[in-house]
Amino acid sequence: MDLVVQIMFGVTGLLILGAAFMVVSVRNIIHAALWLIACFFGIAMLYLLLQAEFLAVVQVLLYIGAVAVLVLFAVMLTRQIDDPEEPVLFQRWRSTLLIAAILFSAVLVPTIYNHNWLIFTDPQPAFAGPRELGFAFMNAYLLPFQIAAVLLLAALVGAIIIAMEDQEQRRTRVLTLAEEIALRREQEPSPPTRLANPHPASSMSSNPTPPPTPEQAGEGT
Amino acid sequence: MISAVPLAWVLMLASGLFCIGLFGALSRRHAVSMLMGIELMLNAVNINLVAFWRYTQPDEVDGMIFALFVIVVAAAEAAVGLAMAIAIYRTWQTVNVDSVDSLRG
Repeated sequence: MDLVVQIMFGVTGLLILGAAFMVVSVRNIIHAALWLIACFFGIAMLYLLLQAEFLAVVQVLLYIGAVAVLVLFAVMLTRQIDDPEEPVLFQRWRSTLLIAAILFSAVLVPTIYNHNWLIFTDPQPAFAGPRELGFAFMNAYLLPFQIAAVLLLAALVGAIIIAMEDQEQRRTRVLTLAEEIALRREQEPSPPTRLANPHPASSMSSNPTPPPTPEQAGEGT
Repeated sequence: MISAVPLAWVLMLASGLFCIGLFGALSRRHAVSMLMGIELMLNAVNINLVAFWRYTQPDEVDGMIFALFVIVVAAAEAAVGLAMAIAIYRTWQTVNVDSVDSLRG
């Protein structure tokens, strides 16, 4: 029985760590988001192994259902043409790898192994389930519960305000595809690779030199 | 689970996940990828909280309540961070965090 649990733990841990490694290393960011979902599923499985069923359900609902979908939407809305030569990592990624490796091997692992953890050794403990969670949220943790609700409301309003377009650019109806393309060319003459089907005889983007991108304009100041 | 898997294994798994997330948050250039690394780090913390709850105090609810609050804060952080990524993309036409340096002195 112990061996079965150990094998399940090993498979779950390999899934979690492998998926997390793919998240930080894979080139295509859509694939990174999908590996992130796989990692979240592995963590939900680990919660089930740890007998925290309610948290496993919350993990699937909130992380996979909300956060991963938010990430996928953000990736879609900030789509840019991927330059194959452009690196995905910073130039000094080796130093950050060194920082993470030192943190793992010199700080975390010795701390874990040199500490004497107080293990609860009752073979049949009375588990705290969703019922006890609900009681605790309504009694002892009522104020943090309300503060968390206010925090979620503030995050909702803040996210809407941050991501909202300017007042004069707000659209009152859905544009047709031709209007959308004309509007984008008018707003900022972007490089022609961004458009799916660039029309050569367009009047807006007929200047031979590409206009400065915002990053070049930002560096010039 | 307690008799089969020692607590240190779970903590090792969580710390490995935390370090992978830290590496991703520090070294990816895409803003959304950085947020994914931060999500991995928050999940590692959650694994720690649930493991400590299960191994030391399974009859209390404090560990799970902490984990739930971490999930709430992670959801709020993800919403605001991704809205910021969208706003940055709308202004700069890029989400490469190297290019967004207008606050550099």
